[in-house]
Amino acid sequence: MTRSLRPFFDLFATRPLAMLGLVYLVVIIVAALGANVLVHYPPEQIEPINRLSPPSWEHWFGTDHFGRDTFSRVIYGSRLALLIGVGVVSFALATGVPIGILSALYPRLGRVLMRMVDVMMAFPSLLMALGLIVILGQSVANAILAIGIVYLTTTARITYGVSLRLREETYVEAANSMGASTFWIIRKHVLPNMISPLLVQASFVFAFAQLGAASLDFLGLGAPPEVPSWGNMLAESRIYITRAPWLLFYPGLMIVLTAFSLNLVGDALRDRMDPRFREMLGNRGR
Amino acid sequence: MLFYVLRRTGAALATLAAASVVIFVFIHLIPGDPIYVLLGDEATPEQVEALRTRLGLDRSIVTQYFYWVGNVLQGDLGTSIFFQDPVTLIIRDGAETSILLACVTMVWIVLLGVPVGVLAATRHGTWIDQGLSGIAMLLASIPTFWVGLYLILIFAANLGWLPSSGYPSIFEEGGLSNLRYLLLPSLTLAAPNAALILRLTRASMLDVAKEDYVRTARSKGIRPQRVVIRHILRNALLAVVSAFGFTFAALISEAVVTETVFALPGIGRLVVQSILRRDYPVIQGVILVIVCLYLIINLLVDISYRYLDPRVELE
Amino acid sequence: MLTVRNLVVSGGKGASRVDIVSDVSFEIERRKVLGLVGESGSGKSITSLAVMGLLPHPQLWVRGGSIELDGADITEEPPYLRVERGHGGVSMIFQEPMTSLNPVVPIGDQIVEAVRVHDGSTGITARNRAQELLEMVRIPDARLQLTAYPHELSGGMRQRVMIAIALACRPQVLIADEPTTALDVTVQMQVLSLIRELCDTFDMGVLFITHDLGVVSELADSVSVMYGGKIVENGPVERLFNVPLHPYTSGLMNCVPDPSAGHRRFQTIPGQAPKPGEITKGCRFAPRCRHAQAVCTTDTPAKVVDGPLHSAQCHFPIARGAS
Repeated sequence: MTRSLRPFFDLFATRPLAMLGLVYLVVIIVAALGANVLVHYPPEQIEPINRLSPPSWEHWFGTDHFGRDTFSRVIYGSRLALLIGVGVVSFALATGVPIGILSALYPRLGRVLMRMVDVMMAFPSLLMALGLIVILGQSVANAILAIGIVYLTTTARITYGVSLRLREETYVEAANSMGASTFWIIRKHVLPNMISPLLVQASFVFAFAQLGAASLDFLGLGAPPEVPSWGNMLAESRIYITRAPWLLFYPGLMIVLTAFSLNLVGDALRDRMDPRFREMLGNRGR
Repeated sequence: MLFYVLRRTGAALATLAAASVVIFVFIHLIPGDPIYVLLGDEATPEQVEALRTRLGLDRSIVTQYFYWVGNVLQGDLGTSIFFQDPVTLIIRDGAETSILLACVTMVWIVLLGVPVGVLAATRHGTWIDQGLSGIAMLLASIPTFWVGLYLILIFAANLGWLPSSGYPSIFEEGGLSNLRYLLLPSLTLAAPNAALILRLTRASMLDVAKEDYVRTARSKGIRPQRVVIRHILRNALLAVVSAFGFTFAALISEAVVTETVFALPGIGRLVVQSILRRDYPVIQGVILVIVCLYLIINLLVDISYRYLDPRVELE
Repeated sequence: MLTVRNLVVSGGKGASRVDIVSDVSFEIERRKVLGLVGESGSGKSITSLAVMGLLPHPQLWVRGGSIELDGADITEEPPYLRVERGHGGVSMIFQEPMTSLNPVVPIGDQIVEAVRVHDGSTGITARNRAQELLEMVRIPDARLQLTAYPHELSGGMRQRVMIAIALACRPQVLIADEPTTALDVTVQMQVLSLIRELCDTFDMGVLFITHDLGVVSELADSVSVMYGGKIVENGPVERLFNVPLHPYTSGLMNCVPDPSAGHRRFQTIPGQAPKPGEITKGCRFAPRCRHAQAVCTTDTPAKVVDGPLHSAQCHFPIARGAS
């Protein structure tokens, strides 16, 4: 496993596109953290005279139907994008990983839990997220929860597959017969080998969370309308597409670049991974 | 084979039963009373009570569930609160659009994903392969509605080549030429999924190419093209076929958005609108039908996989 | 008939280039079996792939030397080009009969595919030929087995199918790369005697690759011993067994279990075979050799001969023949 960061950088040195993706992600993080310093206009500031103005020196990405500065809103939108990504990934890992590991260690419990995961997977992911939002109410936190629950299933499946593989391997069996406690086996043998597959899964889930959140926003059931998320910006500007096509361009581009970068990074990590686990991490969870 | 099909069908039915409970419970967890949605806030308590009894909403949730299941088994999915029409009829109205959209999209996915994946794999390591893989990953990273909106802007609004929204039935005036309404939506929907199939085809071709039996095939002196098609692609397609199950699931999710963008009168848009209208019977019915379809398609994929791969036991 | 001269197979590019096979020469004649013996990693399988024209490009390629079959240069010529250009055929059977057949194609079709290319026949003629070949490799119920899938056959039967496919290519030379290591002991002998017999009936030469000198003594007419990508000793089978020149050959022979000696533990050669490019000077066996002296690590050993056909590359041969 990766004890130092060196192999990490070696990997990206040979994958220029993945390197660009990594750089872009760093830029987004910096933009999110320093949003209040970076922009000239507060994202909510309304300028009715400047409605739907095209990109200019004053307003780099133009203004929207309220005369709000698109650039400011795009930059502030990156905060929400990161929040949603981090939230969904943390939730999916915090729930999916224990479910997967426990299922692999206790086959009886595993059969029940994996059956439940199967049932959940029978629901198209976006419909499930929509349903959860309707039940829970519309808020950023609930959007995170709803998307997180969708990716709980894929994360649990992958963790289950990987830990089952690890469990079968002789060294874990040896540890088992020597009377080691279950907890010790998990901590000593299963978790360290799990880091790399989970890192790959995390980057894909982060990417799909962006697309899922954008779809929810677009259908009017994501982040509340007043929040400047990229998806909301697209949903609001939708009807102005013929008059002000640039309004939809920049927020959409941000979503694409963010998801693309994460997919590139995940792909590069996967190619470097242990081939035993690679097949379990298809780029399939949409 | 028969035993296998029966066993798999049994498992699918069990999943369906579990899913029906989940759907039912979910629907009843939705806050907001459909009676008020229906009658408005100014309804008198008597009116509310009368409608509640008429719709069966005054009984216990368990009774309501079995009542619902009993009706479903008789082919009655209930009556829409909003339209006051049978849910089966409403679903039937949307089915043509959605099924045609799904079929046309599947054609695009197979026509674009598989051959281009083969091309990328046979040019492995060259700039063609890197370019195609990069484009595929980019397509899989684009929100479908964003593509849809720009396609509308370019091909419908600016160039005026294609209609921007809606879909009249092929049985109405215009006939099969009405399919042009589905061209942009199907391409929008196909893009990310074709990209995934492309990547999958490429990856499994590269895996199979390392197999010993491919070396045997080469040693026989058969031409490289034949080695690729008959030996590499034939085995690589097994993985692609088994992927069609989850491709279909992904398709449904994205169809919800695509139908909304293009204002298509399909099931996807119906479900979103019903959720916003709190139209319980329609949501329940549509989701049940979708889950059912998903399970049937997975069953078919599994069975055809067993047919394509002789190694799997057909007990 | 098949002549390999000073073959060099390299991997990697530029500064990281290493020679995996260096300066290998041998000849195979009709109706004769040449045993190519060595430990795993000695370069024997790479040599056979080079002869087949099936080196995995661009990782490995022939950097020098030539491979000629009946006077035609077939170096780096893949099998389909050999067919197109009318050059003679080299066929190969592999170590793993389990993975060497396409799992989703009936074995009959896999044989017919080769028959069609090499006989030009199609349809029922090709099918009959496939059945005939299955009978030749002694598969019972050949007609019925044509529609069988590989997973329905035992390991020994699959290896017979592989041989049938190889024969369908009407080869002048058959390469057998450890064809029996994955099989049961009883089946091993059957397959070996089948190969020996087919060598005569099909009038072809056989290059038999193995790590097992015992098998070679049963089957081969002459032997080449490979170590670290080089041939260290070669000669007729009796001569080489009776008077081994190279300490490595002698070491390998001590590894052969001798049934007459009862439960005597057989000696093994200490240490491990060198990785490609690990040793560039002197004799590649020197670090593991009991007779090694200073000169062995610095100078490339000269050829020692024992009669016209038997020779070795060693500074201090065990039984010194006439120089």
